[in-house]
Amino acid sequence: MSATAATRPATLAARSLTKRFGERTALREVSFEIYSGELVAIIGPNGAGKTTLLSILAGIQAPSSGEVSTPRGKVGWVPQQPAIYSKLSVAENLRLFARLEKVPDPDAAVESMLEFVELRERSGEEVGHLSGGNQQRVNVAIGLLCEPAALLLDEPSASLDPRQRERLWGFMGTLGGRGTTVAYSTHDVVEAERYADRVLVLADGELLFVGTPVELERVVGGRPRDFEAAFVRFLDEHGH
Amino acid sequence: MRWLLVKDFQILRRSPLLVALLIIYPVALALMIGFALSSPPGKPKVAFLTQVPRGRGRIHFGSQDINISSYAKDLFDSIDPIIVHSQSQAVADVRSGRVLAALIVPADIPEQIQSLVTTGVGSPTVRLILNTSDPVERQFADQAIQERLNDVEQAVSKQVLRVAVADLQRVLNGGTIQFLGQNFRLLGLRNSRALLRRAIDDLPARSSLRSALGQVVGFADLAIEGLAFASPVLGSIGTPLTVDQTDLSGQTTPAATYAATISVIFSLMLVTMLLAAGMLALEREEHAFARLVRGLVSPGALLAEKVVLAGGCAAAAALVMAAGISTFVSLEWSRFPLWVVALVLAGIAFGALGVAIGGLAREVRAASLLAFMLSLPVAFIALVPTAAVSGTLKSVLDAVAFVFPFRAALDAANNAFSGTAPGIGWPLVHLLALAVAFGALARVAVRRLV
Repeated sequence: MSATAATRPATLAARSLTKRFGERTALREVSFEIYSGELVAIIGPNGAGKTTLLSILAGIQAPSSGEVSTPRGKVGWVPQQPAIYSKLSVAENLRLFARLEKVPDPDAAVESMLEFVELRERSGEEVGHLSGGNQQRVNVAIGLLCEPAALLLDEPSASLDPRQRERLWGFMGTLGGRGTTVAYSTHDVVEAERYADRVLVLADGELLFVGTPVELERVVGGRPRDFEAAFVRFLDEHGH
Repeated sequence: MRWLLVKDFQILRRSPLLVALLIIYPVALALMIGFALSSPPGKPKVAFLTQVPRGRGRIHFGSQDINISSYAKDLFDSIDPIIVHSQSQAVADVRSGRVLAALIVPADIPEQIQSLVTTGVGSPTVRLILNTSDPVERQFADQAIQERLNDVEQAVSKQVLRVAVADLQRVLNGGTIQFLGQNFRLLGLRNSRALLRRAIDDLPARSSLRSALGQVVGFADLAIEGLAFASPVLGSIGTPLTVDQTDLSGQTTPAATYAATISVIFSLMLVTMLLAAGMLALEREEHAFARLVRGLVSPGALLAEKVVLAGGCAAAAALVMAAGISTFVSLEWSRFPLWVVALVLAGIAFGALGVAIGGLAREVRAASLLAFMLSLPVAFIALVPTAAVSGTLKSVLDAVAFVFPFRAALDAANNAFSGTAPGIGWPLVHLLALAVAFGALARVAVRRLV
């Protein structure tokens, strides 16, 4: 845990979180805290339990045991696949979710989000006609409609090209600067190193590491190497 | 729920093909059924050949001649006759498809009828040649001709009996008959008996003829009694049996109204189930289900919204359809509020079944296919006549029909449209119970959508 983060209050916390699907255990005794304004990347190989962890934090699934602490009603959720209606326009999608979120002034919230994700000029277009990157921006905008204290994103950059990714992470940085806690899962460990304040390393449902990317490299030790190599070596050392 | 309904209507508005199908399908179905039910059946074209020589179509019975040729025009009421002049031409016309059938009246038919009515021996037979390539048309032509032939047969029998009874009355009471252009007076049994009684009274008391004539009077008494009894018996043979029908199930629905009700409920079922199953599965395909149920909307409210959307749209379409059909078939507009209640409740029950399917199938295409595949046997099983199957199978079919909403919806709509038995109360309660049951099933099934 970085010294800066430790001075801030925890926005999201998990205590001994376990999730079982029948015989299979997707998460095993996972505990951590994420602080206000932090950008935390959840990384790990396929099937590590990243999406399960985020969906429990988002309130979509209940844990088999353990506790989750989230700011009540103030968690934004951005699923991996854009969860938006392709037959509705950008503005209609935003307005629908603003109303369902019971935002006091839905029209103002829609205008604000259109501005924020720079889609004002395309607000009347059906979402199904937008590129994957623009659909993801709408997806993120919906997650932000309720002005959440914490934003959870599942593989947010998976369908984006490099320029769109750059834009997305710039966007996330702005949110962090505003005090919004951002937790996201990713396969791209370089992205995690570059944009995350801390990383959570999950493998086979176990939380193996919580700390900054630099701390992870330090744990692996040896001569200076890139973060991706350090991450792979870390997993190898832990039998994954 | 309001904003979800608005959203779904926006989506439907942007799916013009789907909406067009939802509107055009029931209206087109209503029009087709209406035309089919209100149009009288056409007359089948039948080649007609009579081999009876001109002027020979009469039979002699008792004191009168009966012209059996005059009954041919009755037969022509139900067919479109194409007069042919040979048997080969008749057969050729049937083979070529120019006519559906050929009716051939053989030359000896008057003699055969004459023999039958006078001696009881004879087999008057007409020949019917049918085109067997199309079983439906074959049945149509066969039925039209057979029914009319039965009418002709009965008319000839009545005429023969009428002559027999008249002649019998003359034997009893006397009268005038024509023979070889001359009028002859018949004395009759009753008059003969009176004359004999007077003659016996005039004879001397010891005359030997008294006893002999007394025996003749006795015979006349017996004959008068027997023949007087025979006349009404013979007369009754023309119309031997009258059926006085009493239906214990109360007033029944006219066949055309029942057919119209089936078409309305079938359309309602298809539209509701496809819409409910498809729109719920769409929430998952758009990945929106998880986002919605994480606190924005409860799963129960989302299911209720789909049921209201599908059931409401389908009930409205079914009402339009019923109104369209009512221009062809008699439906009781005075019971319109009950139409609404029956169709809305049926829509809710089918909607609940639809969302259960949508929850189980999860994908729009799979959900639509499953809804369509399920709806056909559900309707078919509910429509199987109970008398058409054995006891065990009937119980099984009844049980299957009971757990799906089609039969209850049909009973409710049937009563709403025509006020006939059974009453509307039980079918409405049944629909409500099924809606609750399928709603509960859907609530369990949607857990799979996350």
